[in-house]
Amino acid sequence: MRKRLQIVTGHYGSGKTEYAVNLALALAKEETHLALADLDIVNPYFRSYEQARRLEQAGIRVIVTSCGGAADIPAINPAVMSLFQDAAWRGVLDIGGDPIGARVLARFAPQLHPEDFDLLYVLNANRPETRDLERALAYMRGIEKECLQQVTGIVNNTHLCGETTLEEILKGARLAGELSRAAGIPIVCHAVEERFAPKAARLLHEPVFPMNIYMKKPWEITTCEEE
Amino acid sequence: MEKELWKGNEAIAEAAIRAGCKYFFGYPITPQNEIPEYLSLHLPQVGGCFLQAESEVAAINMVYGAAGCGVRVMTSSSSPGISLKQEGITYMCGAELPAVIVNMMRGGPGLGTIQPAQGDYYQATRGGGNGDYRHLVFAPATIQEAADYVQIAFDVADQYRNPVMILADGMIGQMMEAIEWHEVPKRELPAKPWATTGTKGERQPNVINSLYIDPNVCAEHNERLTAKYKAMEENETRWEEVNTQDCEVLFVAYGTPSRIARAAIRLLEKEGIKAGLFRPITLWPFPGKALKKAAMQDSVKAVVDVELSMGQMIDDVRIALEGCRPVSFVGKAGGVVPTPAEVASAAKAALGR
Repeated sequence: MRKRLQIVTGHYGSGKTEYAVNLALALAKEETHLALADLDIVNPYFRSYEQARRLEQAGIRVIVTSCGGAADIPAINPAVMSLFQDAAWRGVLDIGGDPIGARVLARFAPQLHPEDFDLLYVLNANRPETRDLERALAYMRGIEKECLQQVTGIVNNTHLCGETTLEEILKGARLAGELSRAAGIPIVCHAVEERFAPKAARLLHEPVFPMNIYMKKPWEITTCEEE
Repeated sequence: MEKELWKGNEAIAEAAIRAGCKYFFGYPITPQNEIPEYLSLHLPQVGGCFLQAESEVAAINMVYGAAGCGVRVMTSSSSPGISLKQEGITYMCGAELPAVIVNMMRGGPGLGTIQPAQGDYYQATRGGGNGDYRHLVFAPATIQEAADYVQIAFDVADQYRNPVMILADGMIGQMMEAIEWHEVPKRELPAKPWATTGTKGERQPNVINSLYIDPNVCAEHNERLTAKYKAMEENETRWEEVNTQDCEVLFVAYGTPSRIARAAIRLLEKEGIKAGLFRPITLWPFPGKALKKAAMQDSVKAVVDVELSMGQMIDDVRIALEGCRPVSFVGKAGGVVPTPAEVASAAKAALGR
């Protein structure tokens, strides 16, 4: 059972923003009080708030840092505090893609109670800084150290953008398994593009979370709906 | 080699290390911060030196000093920061110093915005500093190219004793793509007997300088530099053509707009319109002769220039075509990227459809 707050961390390029957006849209099907908080203070592009219209149409409240991209400074929207204070809300928190980005969470340490949140580490075995056990573990520890919290679950989101294959996903599942055993933290799911979901579900033990790709490059946007 | 997923800025930084760059001097600015971030961690691991200077002006002058010592050195910035470096760049051209300068362009003018743009085309290709100087400008359109051309840039810089610029829009720096690392073709590079490596009491001191106070000597210096620039034009001009044979409409675009143009070509194909893309890879030297050849095919009815600026490269397109084909423009500046549909519409308008 997922806890009230789903805090999504990981190296940039791990696909944590894609996962956060998809997770929020999936949770919105059963939740009326759901918010997505884009707390990324390190990445200027490919941010979850770019999907605000889609999220809001699904009934999701969107909370954005840095004045909605209007300021090139790490400014935290105080509205995010409401997620910690008001238990009527569920939230997906998209945290910036490195240990420095994770430092945002440290500010909320007094408000974070273990029974209230999952801290998810999104892993992509194709990213050079997390491509083997040693590096993936060191990166996770770096995030934990900066945000003053323990990771509670691993999300395998191994991909190569448009060049992903099932083999890549399985390679990532093996690394996630090694990390899970080494750190004593469960694999929450394997997040995969929808087209891989049926096969991945047959081959993997842990749950498979199917995703649509929303975070597109400008030349991948070819329909009016996506503009 | 296995494919890996790299962010453009990180790939540029890693490529510099692979090319033997040991020194980086810079000052932070969005959207290129992952370059100094990556190098601050990884340069010391290979025995190099990363230094965050107090300003862009300080950084480019540190590059001048390190290049004068004969080592491989790089700096990176984004548009307003590159403006600050212009004095250093003309001094380096004057003193004939090899180095690599990365400009990950954002919207302007002035501080503008942090989103992608190409408004520094004039500055990069005409020179924002004083005097008759030129430097090569590589414009990668993919992360693979960014990784490859940074390595090539260090070789070209050493070959001609001249700075080389990597000019990309912020999208190239910020996006992720799968790439493979491979070695770039080896060049025979000259030794650096001019470098200030210490005389050890065995020779006269080397002097790195751009001051030639005697006008006759300065005029000769300019003649020699011009001959060098001519050699770059002859040997280093690069471009790519996609689908250009017998095309009706020819897009000209570099960097991110070239990716949009490729998507527009596919949209137009569905409507039975044959479109092609001419993509300069070097912006200086501009591949004008090759562009004219592609545009002068009987099939070509219109040439459409696509930019993330308000019409800068279009000057070079018009110079190359010498009025032989109509040239129209589609583009946006200030951080907004046109959609493939908008670019396709511009092509249809140019064809009168």
